[in-house]
Amino acid sequence: MTKDKREIARRPDKAPMATAWDYAPAPEARDIVKVEERYGLFIGGTFVEPASGERYTTIDPAREEPLAEVAQAGKADVDRAVRAARDAFANGWSNLRPSERAKYLFRIARLLQERSREFAVLESLNGGKPIRESRDVDIPLAAAHFFYYAGWADKLEYAFPNRKPRPVGVAGQIIPWNFPLLMLAWKIAPALAAGNTVVLKPAETTPLSALLFCDVLRQAELPPGVVNIVTGDGRTGAELVSHQGVDKIAFTGSTEVGKAIQRTLAGTGKRLTLELGGKAANIIFDDAPLDQAVEGIVNGIYFNQGHVCCAGSRLLVQESIYETVIAKLKRRMATLRVGDPLDKNTDVGAINSKQQLEKISALVQSGIDEGAQIYQPPCKLPERGYWFVPTVFTNVAQSYRIAQEEIFGPVLSVLTFRTPDEAIEKANNTPYGLSAGVWTEKGSRILAMAKGLRAGVVWANTYNRFDPASPFGGYKESGFGREGGRHGLEPYVVLEDA
Amino acid sequence: MATTPVLPGGFELPLEPRLPRLGSVDAVALEERAAALATRSIKREAKVFALDLAIRMMDLTTLEGADTPGKVAALSSKGIRPDPSDPNIPSVAAICVYPNLVPYALERTRGTSVKVAAVATAFPSGQSPIDVKLAEVRDVVDAGAHEVDMVIDRGAFLSGRYAQVYDEIVRVKEICAGHAHLKVILETGELGTYDNVRRASLLAIAGGADFIKTSTGKLPTSATLPVALCMLEVIRDVHEETGRVVGMKVAGGIRQSKQAVQFLVQVHETLGLAWLTPDRYRIGASTLLNDVLMQIRKERTGRYQNPDYFTVD
Repeated sequence: MTKDKREIARRPDKAPMATAWDYAPAPEARDIVKVEERYGLFIGGTFVEPASGERYTTIDPAREEPLAEVAQAGKADVDRAVRAARDAFANGWSNLRPSERAKYLFRIARLLQERSREFAVLESLNGGKPIRESRDVDIPLAAAHFFYYAGWADKLEYAFPNRKPRPVGVAGQIIPWNFPLLMLAWKIAPALAAGNTVVLKPAETTPLSALLFCDVLRQAELPPGVVNIVTGDGRTGAELVSHQGVDKIAFTGSTEVGKAIQRTLAGTGKRLTLELGGKAANIIFDDAPLDQAVEGIVNGIYFNQGHVCCAGSRLLVQESIYETVIAKLKRRMATLRVGDPLDKNTDVGAINSKQQLEKISALVQSGIDEGAQIYQPPCKLPERGYWFVPTVFTNVAQSYRIAQEEIFGPVLSVLTFRTPDEAIEKANNTPYGLSAGVWTEKGSRILAMAKGLRAGVVWANTYNRFDPASPFGGYKESGFGREGGRHGLEPYVVLEDA
Repeated sequence: MATTPVLPGGFELPLEPRLPRLGSVDAVALEERAAALATRSIKREAKVFALDLAIRMMDLTTLEGADTPGKVAALSSKGIRPDPSDPNIPSVAAICVYPNLVPYALERTRGTSVKVAAVATAFPSGQSPIDVKLAEVRDVVDAGAHEVDMVIDRGAFLSGRYAQVYDEIVRVKEICAGHAHLKVILETGELGTYDNVRRASLLAIAGGADFIKTSTGKLPTSATLPVALCMLEVIRDVHEETGRVVGMKVAGGIRQSKQAVQFLVQVHETLGLAWLTPDRYRIGASTLLNDVLMQIRKERTGRYQNPDYFTVD
């Protein structure tokens, strides 16, 4: 035996089994994006001080640290922005050659791609979402939306055969905090493609990516006033909605505010599209590919901390596989990594705001009080910041608040069904109708379910999958109007006979 | 369908009634999950942990027509002591060779922890008469191989003769039982669908496989992340349902440390720590080892070293 072999022979035959494999922190570099100390309002192509003189602090919800001071736009500021948009509409933008409009949109799309890391980091900093999602979902989809609608800009007559489309005018757009840049893209891209100008109000808690987007507009040399960004809370939104100079309102957000907007606009002749809440059913049949269905359940409700209007927040499982699915789901939940949104290995990030955290906590408490059984995997949460452990409720009755109300957090309610008819009946038994998921190996059942479900989007053997070419929108209290695809152009054009 | 009288532990039901419970696999969602797991960012001490583990799990392989006793001896020495300049580097799990070369690998590795694995059953195609295949298995077991890597008969599988595939595995297992560990190679690159991969995995496990293995390494498409994930999910289901532990081996096309780490992340997040041991997971590879050594040295010193500093065997 050589010396080598003798040494080796003395070593134990088996190394001891590892007790843990902790992934070392893998944070995305925060300094790639420069956050200003304070921001003004983006009106007429430049940043201006708010006439209101009011400001507020926007924070990083994962650390509860201030990021920047932003303006609270008042009545005069909104008026100024609408005038700038009106001016840009009348003096150039609406008469620009469509192919020229397309060029601007293509430029914006490319710039978003070039600066994607910057935007991804900022989105995670200000919104609390994991960098994996902002990097792989939010920013690429936002760019894809601009590319998609850039393509339509000079082909509008093909979108509406035998009709003559012309732009509506000034669009007032109000977006939510769950996908700040993506919702901005959903709103701005079709509006500009059709020749409108825009005043957009980002959500109160997540204004920073919209403000960084202004720099993209500068780089793209978009004519001043075509896009104006006014920051602020609900009061700013209310000013925008009631402003006489706005021709169309597009709102994405809560059903409560959506109803208020509709009341305000009644009789004014302004156009309106609303994309509101949801309480989607994710339906698992007993022949479904179970491990993939479990991934779909997890992606359906824990994606973006459940801050998703189309989240699969009601799980409907066929009773014959109920126990297997729940066991698999619990096991999978234990591998979810909750923590620093900037860490590349984080699966579930921070809750967007203190207010939202309180709302989630209250609804979860109501679930416990009503008698549902709660499960939360063991999970170490950071000490500072707003966090909520991924949660699943079993033993839920259709009448419980957690089965009826939109929680908008990482909380899943599980119900069972016996037959396809019962699944449809339960799935439709909600005031909402935004989305639904169906998991089965049987193609004919997918088609039958899609026909029976009163939901704007029905995913088959997948969930939360988006594409700019696919229209998105709701039934019932989930709103009206569609965004994305050819349908997404409709709200932004007036159709005249050719 | 097979009516084998006695089924291995945990599979008390005959095969046929079990078939409806085979389950199915959705390709899009499986690939999405595998891709998501592949984005895990494994750095510093977590990376060193994985690389060290990858060496301990490695089946260092040479399966060439040109293999000679000299080549196998050199490879065996490399497997025992992968990096002569660093005593902290562990030995690999096994040396994997063709049947004729088993004695040479055994001779060189005697007295060490390194096992010898032999491919058998008309590797890589499996297209030979059953008696020839069984004789080959008997030969390598008699020669003293610790592990046998058999191939399933894909021709039989794809023409629906599942019982034949199953019976072959059972007969090979009879020869191996008590002497050698049995790894069953599915050659997933020829199975066409993930549903087939799942089905073949269950068939192999039911037939008595100690390990199921992705590929022979002789096809352009070998161990892919989704295929491996699909097989791990079968192992998980069998374990949940019956308590039986089955190991997994990925092989073919794994040349870089980064790939090895991706496979290990998959195991970690699908089956957990319990499978992160050479007893339950193996990586079959020929050129991966030097890349792993290079990465370990980089983690320790902060620099990449010239490839000439790593021995070629």
